[in-house]
Amino acid sequence: MSSQNLTLVQAVRDGLKGELERDDDVVVFGEDVGKNGGVFRATQGLYDEFGEDRVFDTPLAESGIVGTAVGMAAYGMKPVPEIQFSGFAYPAFDQIVSHAARLRTRSRGRFTVPMTLRMPYGGGIRAPEHHSESKEAFYTHEAGLKVVVPSTPRDTKGLLAASIRDPDPVVFMEPKLIYRAFREEVPDETYTVELGEAAVRREGTDVSVFTWGAMTRPTLEAAENLDGEVDVEVVDLRTLSPMDWDTITESFEKTGRAVVVHEAPKTGGLGAEIAATIQEEALLYQEAPVKRVTGFDTPFPLYALEDYYMPEAARIEDGIRETVEF
Amino acid sequence: MSVLERDPHERVRVLDEDGQVVDGATVPDLSEEEFVEMYRSMRLARHFDQRAVSLQRQGRMGTYPPLSGQEGAQVASAMALGDEDWLVPSYREHGAAYVHGLTLEGTLRYWMGDERGNELRDLRIFPVAVPIASQIPHATGLGMAAQHRGEDDVSICYFGDGATSEGDFHEGLNFAGVYDTPTVFFCNNNQWAISVPREKQTRSETIAQKAVAYGMEGVQVDGMDPLAVYQVATEAVEKARNPEEGQLRPTLVEAVQYRFGAHTTADDPSVYREDEEVEEWKAKDPIPRLERFLRDRGVLDDERVAAITESVEDEVASAIETAEGFERPGPDTMFEHVYAEMPKRLEEQRAYLRRLREEHDDDELLEH
Ligand SMILES: Cc1ncc(C[n+]2csc(CCOP(=O)(O)OP(=O)(O)O)c2C)c(N)n1
Repeated sequence: MSSQNLTLVQAVRDGLKGELERDDDVVVFGEDVGKNGGVFRATQGLYDEFGEDRVFDTPLAESGIVGTAVGMAAYGMKPVPEIQFSGFAYPAFDQIVSHAARLRTRSRGRFTVPMTLRMPYGGGIRAPEHHSESKEAFYTHEAGLKVVVPSTPRDTKGLLAASIRDPDPVVFMEPKLIYRAFREEVPDETYTVELGEAAVRREGTDVSVFTWGAMTRPTLEAAENLDGEVDVEVVDLRTLSPMDWDTITESFEKTGRAVVVHEAPKTGGLGAEIAATIQEEALLYQEAPVKRVTGFDTPFPLYALEDYYMPEAARIEDGIRETVEF
Repeated sequence: MSVLERDPHERVRVLDEDGQVVDGATVPDLSEEEFVEMYRSMRLARHFDQRAVSLQRQGRMGTYPPLSGQEGAQVASAMALGDEDWLVPSYREHGAAYVHGLTLEGTLRYWMGDERGNELRDLRIFPVAVPIASQIPHATGLGMAAQHRGEDDVSICYFGDGATSEGDFHEGLNFAGVYDTPTVFFCNNNQWAISVPREKQTRSETIAQKAVAYGMEGVQVDGMDPLAVYQVATEAVEKARNPEEGQLRPTLVEAVQYRFGAHTTADDPSVYREDEEVEEWKAKDPIPRLERFLRDRGVLDDERVAAITESVEDEVASAIETAEGFERPGPDTMFEHVYAEMPKRLEEQRAYLRRLREEHDDDELLEH
């Protein structure tokens, strides 16, 4: 089986290419995705390869991009629109939550929205204002949407393919901090990684750490740093909606302790949802309060302070220690 | 007849590409001093821009959006404002903001990632707007408030050609038309929205003609001709403030121009743009054009130009030194100004970060 050593953003491109080849109904569009190949080069070369009918630049209008995608999807196509940065999705928010998420319910199954809305998200790349937010909770809060966040190149290609083939709208959030951070062997042929399944990245017995996206790496680093002192299990959730509660509770029942790591603000973040669900479903296994290691309840700061905002290994280690020592 | 009352296809010009006054044009009635000020501010904006790009390349500044080519539109339009008027920028208006009173070090600090660069106290300038077109309804709202309060200040709102595709553009202009607000909508049509050319942004032949749909005047002006821009902007500001009987206050100005450099320092325009196009537009550079005109009039000579060059270089160098000399913002500043009064939970988060910094080296915390 042939494969290539790809970065995460190259895996996005490879995944798109595979699906464009596989299914004529797949179209890729958005701001600068055509000739420019995307501001992060996620669509590089696709315009040349598939032509303007399949890969095209749109006017600068997010509501227009997502709204037309809803119409195309209802017609039976598989649109893969791109929002250039998740911080610019808000003009399209109405289309995402009022229509993409609800068209199936509202039409009692007559119309569906098999759209995959890609957006780079998260901080850590010294980008200007509004380019670094982490708002996955907005989308997981909305019934009818699926939310996917990959953390490795191999998963990226498979999850993206699964999202595009999925009959429901998927918000596919790409952690841009790790777009080019490392490489991994990615099979050339197309394949899917099932939505809704978490991945246990490291097994352990003392404490479960739940995380996703760019935070997976510092979490694994923290776990390694604590090796010999604390036996840490690291679970990468990968799909945030629908969440893989079985894997979460199974892991928690084994360790009795949990830490959730996300770079989004603490208040109303997914950490709260995970903590509450653990209480509801596995209270009797609980040996310590569920700890959250997160970004702060402030707007994402300009880049001079962004590294203080985001959790890194040392902060995560502290959180794990406190939980174990409770 | 006002220059605003014309077919929105007909571009207002005063200077041709060689700095000669075109037939039938009126040269704005500026004093010698004001002409020199216009020229100097444009030179300053150009030099600032070149230095800013180079600071970014040296890793002394973050991503930066360059303005070279757009100095004429920025400086001349901002010169049309009075101190009490409002300037509502996008993210590229460093030259216009300077003319309206913002220090260069303030601009530098912001792009160096320090929130405090955005503290525009005592200035009638809105903070940089990064989400495209989102500032347009704000300008209309400022105008609605001014009317409500019985004030006679005017707002000028800057945005690009790409911004005219967003819903916020439509909503902002539509409100301005309905409420007849004292607002000048100033579109810097620099031909490109990152890689997407103007023709792929809208099917309408000009951006100025969109004004018709909102019931206001639309005027197209040569954005690389500072005198034409000054003339149009002054008339639009004046009309917004004191409309004649039957005149409506808001105006949409389309200033046709070009950005010579990349969209931002993170962008590579060679992927989507031809060199010949850049060269063609460089021949229309607003700076030599105004310089020629002023030399012909005897306002500038070699000596004066040399003195301006020196003073511009000094001012920019000293702004860079000042900006880099500020202590970096401490992590506490992140928690300030989120609310008028800091909620207890946020105070606790601030204390937690302080504790983390005591227990760990900053180096350890900053390693990502
Ligand atoms: C709502 C929104 N969508 C996308 C972006 C990303 N983006 C930044 S600048 C830009 C192009 C803007 O072009 P234009 O409005 O013509 O202004 P110019 O930069 O050319 O002056 C894009 C797509 C953004 N900042 N905001």
